[in-house]
Amino acid sequence: MDLSFVILVEILYAVASLVLISAGLAVVFGMMKVINLAHGEFMMMGGYVTITAVGLGVNVFVAMLVIAPLIVGLIGLVVERLVIRHLYGRLVDTMLATWGLSLVFIGLATMIFGNTTTGISTPIPGFAVGAYQINGYNFFIIVVSVLLVAGMYAVLRGTRGGLIARGTMQRADMAAALGYSPDRIYMATFFCGSALSGLAGAVLAPLVGLVPTSGGAYIAKAFITVIAGGPALIAGLVSSAASFGVVSQIFTFAMSPVIGEVALLVAAVILLRAMPQGITARLFRGKL
Amino acid sequence: MSLNRRELLGGAAALTTAGLLPRVALAADTIRLGSILDQSGPFDAYGKPMAMATQLAVAEINEAGGLLGREVEVVAYDTQSDMALYSQYAQQLTRQDRVDVVHGGILSASREAIRQTMRKTGTLYFYNVLYEGGVCDRNIFINGVTPAQQVEALVPYAMNNSGKKVYILAADYNYGQITARWIEKFVRDNGGEVVGTDFFPLDVSDFGSTIAKVQTAAPDLVIAPLVGGPHLSFFRQWAAAGMKDKIALASTTLGVGNEHKVLTPEEGNGIMCAYNYSQELDTPENREFMARWAAMFDGDQSMHEIAVSHYHGLHTWAEGVRKADSIEREAVIEALETGVSITGPGGKVTVDPQTHHAILDVHLMEMRDQKMAVIETLPQRAPIDTQAVCDLGANPDDNTQYEIEI
Repeated sequence: MDLSFVILVEILYAVASLVLISAGLAVVFGMMKVINLAHGEFMMMGGYVTITAVGLGVNVFVAMLVIAPLIVGLIGLVVERLVIRHLYGRLVDTMLATWGLSLVFIGLATMIFGNTTTGISTPIPGFAVGAYQINGYNFFIIVVSVLLVAGMYAVLRGTRGGLIARGTMQRADMAAALGYSPDRIYMATFFCGSALSGLAGAVLAPLVGLVPTSGGAYIAKAFITVIAGGPALIAGLVSSAASFGVVSQIFTFAMSPVIGEVALLVAAVILLRAMPQGITARLFRGKL
Repeated sequence: MSLNRRELLGGAAALTTAGLLPRVALAADTIRLGSILDQSGPFDAYGKPMAMATQLAVAEINEAGGLLGREVEVVAYDTQSDMALYSQYAQQLTRQDRVDVVHGGILSASREAIRQTMRKTGTLYFYNVLYEGGVCDRNIFINGVTPAQQVEALVPYAMNNSGKKVYILAADYNYGQITARWIEKFVRDNGGEVVGTDFFPLDVSDFGSTIAKVQTAAPDLVIAPLVGGPHLSFFRQWAAAGMKDKIALASTTLGVGNEHKVLTPEEGNGIMCAYNYSQELDTPENREFMARWAAMFDGDQSMHEIAVSHYHGLHTWAEGVRKADSIEREAVIEALETGVSITGPGGKVTVDPQTHHAILDVHLMEMRDQKMAVIETLPQRAPIDTQAVCDLGANPDDNTQYEIEI
């Protein structure tokens, strides 16, 4: 009984962390069609911003939930103005440019923070469930990602800005004809995507040892999740994160962590073989 | 063109040494020492202190009058954590720079790349890093701790402090796999039982389900040969789940790159380990070494296990050259095979003629407030794992890395 509860929490946690890792990319790649290979580095920067802010005496939750997304979003804004805006609609070029960016960010982070592993300790204590101890921070991650998805849904569905952004991503020329500036909307959307990546990196920072190359560990999972999700932004994100999270955790428990990782990849291959356009091209069609 | 470059590099190395030291009275000709280390890239936390150890040791050797009345000159290459550069620079060192000895290599893969080149070109090679054991080659001398040297000491100590049931969490590549087998053997030898073993790819940083699995198996002790930044997360998540005071922890790798300074005291306190070196070793040699290091590098405190192994290796080589009274490869090997020994910051280090590995002191330690407090010193442990398979006296032509059957 206790064990099944622990397993349930771990599965929810795995799904939640996949949602977190992929949310920023879902906006930048899923919506804007920018293949952002520097996504992992945006997350890494979120982590470093948090650690630095905490080191300066800022409350850890403020650092994670406010400062890190803001600063990484601003960095994203600069990147968009200098590089990305020249490349919209050119998939391969964005890929090359953002790959270069990721190398630059790794280099800069190494220069500033050095190459040793750093980190902060988890701000929420663990607690007992029957005979088991669970990491209390898992619940925090689950809550953050639920709020994140709800927030994204509310913005895209309920606000005028969300509607304009969605419209612009589909037909920029039409949005322009209606009097909106696609240039600005793209800029704002990229800011949001970067901020989401920064938030993910920040929230995960207390769980991991951070090095400038940490971003590399997330990038593959984020792309797999977004691609398997398919065209619908939020339904795709949640459904593919749920499938992969459940599969990898079940195999991790039943067999080993190596098999868990492999199972995730095998699941992705099968899923994309069965639904080449992603889950939401077949199921949940027309959903957001 | 290449000549210019070589002179430039050699000159730069000589300048760094010369600037800091009174110059030795020199014969015209220097002894050339090749160094290949990752001084940038992901492994630089290991490589930078090793490069500093090279500078320090060579400065000391020159200060003491050089070797054979000649100054030692370092020809150094930074391999930037890129395996391809290892073979390239190894070739360059032997064919162009014509060095007399090569010290360097960090990962096992880099060692194998260098080792074969050195063997072919007949250049003496020193590899000075904690590694998985089993290399048997007369041309190489190895100063790092092997799993048996370390695990044989650590397992009984950790089991005495906790209990008989052990769970192993290891990195999923040859170091982790081989070390896990040694742990299993010594757990059984000490009347214990391994209740579970899990391996983790090097980039896994999520250990939540593992922590639940470990609790299901309810061991008394977890031994964790985990490696690198992502794996450091385990120790953090373990503490975050509140497991630290419930099940004891030991590791064969934590602290080698000064990781204990990254973990907070609440996360690190009480983790047991066993190495050849700790900054906390209270010996005159270590105090003097740390003072010299700090003086040379502006107060820096990044010396760690493998930097010190490297430092031992350089001095062992110098001792071999002095004893041989020659820089010829064969003469130096024969001199070292007489069982040359030095006393360094990690204690006494002796060359084992049978395997060309080091016989050294292993210190049992416990992390306390971001330090590795030394609990007990086990003097002069032999590399029994490699000794079981390798006898260079009987087979001088051997060129194998043995996978030891346990």
